Amino acid sequence: MKYRFEVLVSLKEGLLDPQGKTVQDALPSLGWANVSDVRIGKHIDLVVEADGEPEARAQVEEMARRFLSNPVIEDFRVLQAEGAE
Amino acid sequence: MRPRVAVITFPGSLDDRDALRAVALMGGEPISVWHAAHDLQGADAVILPGGFSYGDYLRTGAIARFAPVMAAVRTFAESGGPVLGVCNGFQILCEAGMLPGALIRNRGLSFVCRWVNVRVEGTNEVLQIPIKHGEGRFVASEEQLARIESEGRVAFRYCSPDGTLDEAFNPNGASHGIAGLWNESRSVLGLMPHPEHAVDADLGPTGGHHVFQWLLTAAQERVPV
Repeated sequence: MKYRFEVLVSLKEGLLDPQGKTVQDALPSLGWANVSDVRIGKHIDLVVEADGEPEARAQVEEMARRFLSNPVIEDFRVLQAEGAE
Repeated sequence: MRPRVAVITFPGSLDDRDALRAVALMGGEPISVWHAAHDLQGADAVILPGGFSYGDYLRTGAIARFAPVMAAVRTFAESGGPVLGVCNGFQILCEAGMLPGALIRNRGLSFVCRWVNVRVEGTNEVLQIPIKHGEGRFVASEEQLARIESEGRVAFRYCSPDGTLDEAFNPNGASHGIAGLWNESRSVLGLMPHPEHAVDADLGPTGGHHVFQWLLTAAQERVPV
């Protein structure tokens, strides 16, 4: 079976996110003065072939921890997405 | 016998040629080693050069750390062999967990390319060495920073020309003004400034000598007598 996942990687809270800050600073000039806490991260879509969802998810968690994110500066979340075959 | 210094070339390395040339200029025997190699050709020291290995995709150094040659580099470092990581090389060492912390986007977002002054920690010596990076801002957790400081593992800090520490002279927002740092056993050194671009007096300041002298002295100790 194939399982589709989304991995969301974001900079840890407390770490300055210059990209997010720049976007946040631009929003008031476009009329949105009511926005705060803008953070920009990464969105990684992938499909894993495995014998079952738990095994597929465990592999994605492992690749997110070892490779897709850096635990010093980033947090990640693994979401299962629609579209498993 | 001159110590043999391996300079690793990853796809996207840029400063490997300058590093090879600097090694020769400073009295070592440079050896070029490809990232797909499984051994270091009997090298007495290793340099991970600057550049944009694997296009800096995902994170700087994140893919290079899994290159085949890195297993040999890790084993070499664990045996006390001197390893120098410059700029992208520093980023690779952090990603590999061979140095603590990480290097993130510069404060102010700009790529910075200019000469800076760094203070050799534990001395009053100030070196002039160029930097050129977009992601050179050293960060680590509070616990890691406290440990790095208490163990005296900061090698270089950004400073004024006379060695004064001040945020005004910090080009990228690095925590504690850290420009370079040692591992626990002081066999691995990573730094953002480029010593290989500062070794030839005909071309400018020679702040890089200090770094290569450490590397070649440590390498010489491993040369069989």
